[in-house]
Amino acid sequence: MSTGPNGVGEWPLWEVFTQAPGGKPHEHAGSVHAPDAEIALQNARDVYTRRGEAVSLWVVPSGAIVASAPGDAGPFFDPGNDKPYRHPQFYKTPRGVKVF
Amino acid sequence: MATEAKPAAPTEDPVKLAEFEARCDRGETIEPKDWMPEKYRRQLTRMMSQHAHSEVVGMLPEGNWITRAPNLRRKMCLIAKVQDEGGHGLYIYCGTETLGTDRAELIDQYLYGTAKYSSIFNYPTLTWADIGVIGWLVDGAAIVNQTMLAHASYGPYARAMIRICKEENFHKRQGYELCATLARGTPAQKAMVQDAVNRWWWPSLMMFGPHDTNSPHSADLLRWKVKQKSNDDLRQRFVNLTVPQAQAIGLTLPDPDLKLDQATGDWKFGEIDWSEFNAVIAGNGPMNRERIAARRKAHEEGAWVREAAAAYAAKHQPAAGQAA
Ligand SMILES: [Fe+2]
Ligand SMILES: [Fe+2]
Repeated sequence: MSTGPNGVGEWPLWEVFTQAPGGKPHEHAGSVHAPDAEIALQNARDVYTRRGEAVSLWVVPSGAIVASAPGDAGPFFDPGNDKPYRHPQFYKTPRGVKVF
Repeated sequence: MATEAKPAAPTEDPVKLAEFEARCDRGETIEPKDWMPEKYRRQLTRMMSQHAHSEVVGMLPEGNWITRAPNLRRKMCLIAKVQDEGGHGLYIYCGTETLGTDRAELIDQYLYGTAKYSSIFNYPTLTWADIGVIGWLVDGAAIVNQTMLAHASYGPYARAMIRICKEENFHKRQGYELCATLARGTPAQKAMVQDAVNRWWWPSLMMFGPHDTNSPHSADLLRWKVKQKSNDDLRQRFVNLTVPQAQAIGLTLPDPDLKLDQATGDWKFGEIDWSEFNAVIAGNGPMNRERIAARRKAHEEGAWVREAAAAYAAKHQPAAGQAA
């Protein structure tokens, strides 16, 4: 528990991911503070799923997430940006053909 | 984390600043790890934490009536609404923390420091009708503001607002339904709801903040696309939406100057009593002292729970504590 300027303690931070019904992928919803995984799950349920938004919940210690850095977003994602032939629009079909 | 220094005029790298402002102009979303001017970080931390504090303190005036709700349906609605407001506070604290200040420190600034919250929650809830009027007018005004903020340039703020807006419609509708029910009830019930409207109308208009010409932070927030509309524009939108709703349930709004401008379609309204607004902001509203005392009491009396849970976690799952 970290301690604030006036001795105010704060529980560790957890990132919350919720899965909507219907086979959707888990999506980042926000974060909660909790002393342990069990309470993190309960807090996440109370904060992020009051209206049946989720059929599954993940909580992950925030410090465990490894993220790409915004500074090298350009070069890092480059390999995916210069290959237009990966998109169907790159290919021509004869005029009038509707199957595509 | 260290308490944020407050340099009078942070000097920013002009190239980075220009790049940042161009991103805002293009409508791009700014994310936590992106470069941002210190002033953007500071203004947003102030604005978002103020918003979070408001959601939490907003639980008090309505919580005041939970035990006295007139029937089970209304009681369930009110508990759910008050719980939502607590959730809204948590969504926004979580967004604010991404700017680099711990929630513990934000709450500390609010309970024992100078952080502010919305002036509206410093008014008392005198009758049951106030619960309806708060949902209709106060949440109604919040929706107008938050719908704009759902497009804010800062990603975590915008996403919290989208989540909140989905829930606010329930808040407003349960309040309006309550008002409509009282308005077609006995003469005493109708008088009670009209009295509540009379007391809450002007404070609701004040929720949008000072006139644009008088709003110290507005220019930066507009330039950086945190806000997309000015205080006065939002206020006008709220009035335009609300007047027909009042008419539909046979209630009047306490403003002799209220009249429809045929040319613009706007409902023109009288001048707000800014001396009242300033007094409430300065801490001298009818309920300022009670509100902060109630929040401190709740926070301090809950300390043992936080400490016990942390001690339990340290004893049983030492790994969890290493996370943050
Ligand atoms: Fe709210
Ligand atoms: Fe609300």
